[in-house]
Amino acid sequence: MAEYKLTEEEQEAAFQQRIDDEQKIEPKDWMPEAYRKNLIRQISQHAHSEVIGEQPEGNWITRSPSLRRKAVLLAKVQDEAGHGLYLYSAAESLGISRAEMIEALQTGKAKYASIFNYPSQTWGDVGAIGWLVDGAAIVNQVSLQRTSYGPYSRAMIKICKEESFHQRQGYQIMIELAKGTPAQKQMAQDSLNRFYWPALMMFGPHDSESAHSAKSMKWKIKRETNDDLRQKFIDQTVPQIEFLGLEHPDKAIKWNEERGHYDSGELNWDEFYKVINGNGHCNRQRIQHHIKAHEEGAWVRDAQLAYNAKQKAKKAADAA
Amino acid sequence: MILENLELFEVFVRSKRGLDHKHVGSLHAEDHEQALEYARDVYTRRSEGVSLWVVKSRDICASQEDDSDCFFDPSDDKPYRHATYYPLPKEVGNM
Amino acid sequence: MSDKSLNNDIITYATRLGDDAVVLGHRVSEWVSYGPFLEEDIALGNVALDLIGRARMFYTYAAELEDKGRTEDDFAFMRTEREYQNHLINELPRGNFANTIIRQLMVDVFNQHYLEQLRHSKDETLAAIAEKGIKETRYHLRRSRHWTLRLGDGTEESHQKIQQALEDVWGFTHELFEQDELELRLAEQGIAVKAADLKDQWLKDVTAILEEATLKLPQEEWAVRGGREGYHTEYLGQMLAMMQSVHRAYPGCQW
Repeated sequence: MAEYKLTEEEQEAAFQQRIDDEQKIEPKDWMPEAYRKNLIRQISQHAHSEVIGEQPEGNWITRSPSLRRKAVLLAKVQDEAGHGLYLYSAAESLGISRAEMIEALQTGKAKYASIFNYPSQTWGDVGAIGWLVDGAAIVNQVSLQRTSYGPYSRAMIKICKEESFHQRQGYQIMIELAKGTPAQKQMAQDSLNRFYWPALMMFGPHDSESAHSAKSMKWKIKRETNDDLRQKFIDQTVPQIEFLGLEHPDKAIKWNEERGHYDSGELNWDEFYKVINGNGHCNRQRIQHHIKAHEEGAWVRDAQLAYNAKQKAKKAADAA
Repeated sequence: MILENLELFEVFVRSKRGLDHKHVGSLHAEDHEQALEYARDVYTRRSEGVSLWVVKSRDICASQEDDSDCFFDPSDDKPYRHATYYPLPKEVGNM
Repeated sequence: MSDKSLNNDIITYATRLGDDAVVLGHRVSEWVSYGPFLEEDIALGNVALDLIGRARMFYTYAAELEDKGRTEDDFAFMRTEREYQNHLINELPRGNFANTIIRQLMVDVFNQHYLEQLRHSKDETLAAIAEKGIKETRYHLRRSRHWTLRLGDGTEESHQKIQQALEDVWGFTHELFEQDELELRLAEQGIAVKAADLKDQWLKDVTAILEEATLKLPQEEWAVRGGREGYHTEYLGQMLAMMQSVHRAYPGCQW
């Protein structure tokens, strides 16, 4: 029987058909090179964000104001590391190694969510980050559970399940602060004011400005547009702010009966790009922290490699 | 230049007695023993499991996409392997 | 001995055990986002969580016995370094990975035997906390033992680093086995553990692991003691200043 090979076009058509039929793409499947690259970019960026995201909250583990909060925060930050690991795993199934991804992060070739370039200055920020930053991330991630790439989708499902407590613990911190002393309430308002807008920017630029959106939608890597997801977050956050009895940072926020959504003020995109481009308070600190930990761990990784080699040699000698 | 140091392992968790081990993800470790410990730390933080398997990723032999036609399609035309192929008279009920 | 003074003894004892756990837990938690690789970062977080959980149980029990409306947080955040009564070994800085592993090995072997005894305490609450703790400690020890082997018998650099870490921590291990009147009184009554009895077994276990790891048992004669009397290294004050800062800046607040 003659070998019948599909042409590239036929393969691509079959691939697109599979996606249109809502079937998942799995690691061994044929996929367009651009799909693979796009996924690696998005998943590794997502993984880096989880790992760099350990830092602003980790900054408060040693100062948590109660033992219960300390345990919760520690578990939460540890989860972020775990989620980074799930995502690196998913990306590795596309044929890139974790070492390559880490190198891309440390040399600035790969990005992470710019939200983590903002400093966590007060305990209130730990609340605001859990509530708003994780909240925004979850809106995005819930949508990504249906992403077309199987390992990414499965990682998202696991992450969403685990993260449901993250946003709640953050909101609970805010509740305690908002109903506490005037100083605590002031702390909550201040944190809300500083993290609300950056959280909205986590959804990325407007759809009209987004470089990767169209292709990602066609391949169902992304399932909903930046603006739709952002709107969802804006809508869900209004009653949460009201419940806390805090002032909404967006003075233009207003219910639009016709649209069934809240209208909101325009984001300060200049500031957004300024921070992305290296002018945030913590850009350098975050990467340097990561490099430092990685370099300080080098001798440990070398040691276990050497130990492993010795053990293998010993076993081989015993067997001989 | 950063070198890849550690081996990749696939992790399988039995979530409770009576169920199969299910693939949950992968991790890096030096050897099987360490892989088991990290599987415990990474994949069972919320009491997800009662038993763990770890397997070196490179030891897994996977069927190839190119083979999938000859591997899996032939079973598509054997509906007689499924119970639904055999309608029973109503009077008999379930079987 | 009156019930009241026995009660006070147990409060102090439980508080001390809480201090040991919270101080070490805090030190291990300092590794978060600094682990040598992601898997280890996560694993260290689990150890820290176990220890902080243990501290909360001891403090809560002390507060309950005391019955003056204080909470676990009053014990952790409102006592000064002179009032803290942890063993000094727990407060040493986290240092490099070898420092952390070797301290953990010393303490884990100790805790394994200590909690094994405390499980049989006549005080039911202490026994129950030990029952939970021993399972955690067995896992901690498994980790610290493996890492000691890897670092000891790894590269020349790792061998030298962990040998140095061992020399630096050794003098802090002696006080683990020394007890004051109060603890001896409680031990007489089957409530506290008689730590001196554990030393031979501890040394035997530690020696075996160090030998397997090609490390040398330190020969230098030195010992620092005083943790149970609140006589601490300077490290603890710094640590508590950090740990207690938010809690103390907003007195009486709920979090």
